[in-house]
Amino acid sequence: MTQLKLISLEKSYNNGTPVLKNVSLDIQSGELIVFVGPSGCGKSTLLRMIAGLEQITDGTLEIDGQYMNDMPASKRGIAMVFQSYALYPHLTVRDNMSFALKIAKYKQSDIDAAVSKAAKALKLEDYLDRLPKELSGGQRQRVAIGRAIVRDPKVFLFDEPLSNLDAALRVETRIEIARLKESMPDRTMIYVTHDQVEAMTLASRIVVLANNTVEQVGTPLDLYDNPDNEFVAQFIGSPAMNLLPGEIVATGKQTKVKLSDNCVAVSNIVTSESDLGKQVNVGIRPEDLSLTEDDHVLEAVVDITEALGEYTLLYLKHVSHAANLVAKVPGTHKSLRNKLIKFIAKPSKIHIFHDGISMR
Amino acid sequence: MHPALQGLLTITSVVAVCLSYYYLSNWFLDNVFLPARGKYSNRNINLANQIRPWLFMFPALLILLVYLAYPVLETLRLSLTERHAYGDEWVGLANYAQMIKDQKFWEAVSNNMMWLAIVPALSTGFGLLAAHLTDRIGWGNAAKSIIFMPMAISFVGAAVIWKLVYDARPIDQDQIGLLNALYLFFGGDAPQTWITKPFWNNLLLMVVLIWIQTGFAMVILSAALRNIPEETIEAAILDGSNPWQLFFRIKVPQIKGTILVVWTTITITVLKVFDIVFAMTNGHWNTQVLANYMFDKLFRANDWGVGSASVMVLMLLVTPILVWNVNNARKESQ
Repeated sequence: MTQLKLISLEKSYNNGTPVLKNVSLDIQSGELIVFVGPSGCGKSTLLRMIAGLEQITDGTLEIDGQYMNDMPASKRGIAMVFQSYALYPHLTVRDNMSFALKIAKYKQSDIDAAVSKAAKALKLEDYLDRLPKELSGGQRQRVAIGRAIVRDPKVFLFDEPLSNLDAALRVETRIEIARLKESMPDRTMIYVTHDQVEAMTLASRIVVLANNTVEQVGTPLDLYDNPDNEFVAQFIGSPAMNLLPGEIVATGKQTKVKLSDNCVAVSNIVTSESDLGKQVNVGIRPEDLSLTEDDHVLEAVVDITEALGEYTLLYLKHVSHAANLVAKVPGTHKSLRNKLIKFIAKPSKIHIFHDGISMR
Repeated sequence: MHPALQGLLTITSVVAVCLSYYYLSNWFLDNVFLPARGKYSNRNINLANQIRPWLFMFPALLILLVYLAYPVLETLRLSLTERHAYGDEWVGLANYAQMIKDQKFWEAVSNNMMWLAIVPALSTGFGLLAAHLTDRIGWGNAAKSIIFMPMAISFVGAAVIWKLVYDARPIDQDQIGLLNALYLFFGGDAPQTWITKPFWNNLLLMVVLIWIQTGFAMVILSAALRNIPEETIEAAILDGSNPWQLFFRIKVPQIKGTILVVWTTITITVLKVFDIVFAMTNGHWNTQVLANYMFDKLFRANDWGVGSASVMVLMLLVTPILVWNVNNARKESQ
């Protein structure tokens, strides 16, 4: 059972530039945690701090209750898969995979057993005597994963492992990682990506990092349904959530927000009387907008349509504010272009943010 | 005319001539010889594109031919002839036969082999060490500049510097030679004339070349070390390698090609070594090397036959290494 505890981790560079501030996380054994966030948010740095490749400036890292801040990387019981695969170019696949065990002076028979088991699981048996340069990108990444498996670590760290692969391979390898996780239910995995599809599909919990700290932690659907703030709301889900400015005009079990063009959005979020008159942003996901003829929450001219067969993306020009709005409606609706269209959304699907924070 | 002005004029006009060769020959090819118009314009363009590389390479090829290929053949001819006042006499392999009976020749060959075994290995080794160490310290670049500096000194200059280091003065005088000063300081009884002590003097001469070539090895190997993907090093650290394993099992194998190129390049320099020996001992006291032997025969004894024969031997030794080196460098760059 391997539990990771991050307690107020901080990282800043020598010149004082802060990279991460006050990162606290409890990672349970067997979880697949995904760190997701825009580039430069420090997600890879956080992973490298856990790996022992970056010094921890402040705070505590515990693995299985043991203080790990000063523990050498190789003694932390972790294995890491790098974005660039980081295979040793002068060693064959077999030697790449057995390198760590050789360093640790395992018996040759044990090494062979571990390598052939991993090779079998990753369908690499035919490539064991090849050099990395003789492999395709997908095979290289499988070797990198194999190198991690062979060590049988308690924690797997993945640093954007799919970013260098093409789209088809990415899906394939993603599924392979999901299977791998399933076959090792007691192993903990931490996975860094900027791709929210990877995050949504793989994670048992997602950690959204931005502005040098943790914005929100939760299961994928939790983040999708109940984002804590505007950043998470817009970062999770594609296309991003629409935000419309307005003012709270009625509070109670349902909250009504008058939008700038006098439309009224009704949300199931409960508010108190003191919230009356607050300037807020109403958040509606593109897929929660549906076409209507009657009462509407949004009225806008369709600027561009993107018909994708299964659904159509409508890019909207709003009468009163400039923000880009998008609606995602089922079916094909090419004919809507340049028309003034009304949209409605269910009260349960309408988010309200005050000062960027959800009022939920 | 002022000499500086004359020099400037010469440089400018030579550069202008070179540039105009390329411009005018290209213009001639495209507009007069194979014009890109008319019935055969497509054929002419293709033909012109095939000719152009040769046209542009022509000056370089010509210079190589005149100053490299011709001298090699002429040296070969000289090594097979005897020079007389009335003309050259064909003597077959007599010069070679005379040479291999010469004890000085074998001294030169065996010394060259010793240089070959020691200098490239130590220069590359020290260079690798210096590259590795200077890459990890703050003042590494300053250290690198200092280690590289001897590269900027000519071999003769370096030989003079080291001759002073090995200098010996009578015991009652202050030693200006660093080595003797140290020797006496650490309890030596009398100053030694180091460069006259057979066997050791060879090593002392080699030190000069190692001192020069270490900087070269360091610069090339340092670039190679920096080219090693950082992730492979991090992966090896995570895999539990200690610094020694990291260096010898991850870093060195990844720059093996560069190490070999550096090694062989220094090997060629070593085979040709002349200036250092010439300036420091002139081949006395058992320090003769092939290049200096050639100089002795050719220009001092005026024995063109044996001198040319020894150069042919030198060339035969260098060629295989050179060919291998060029092939390897070509593979590296792919």
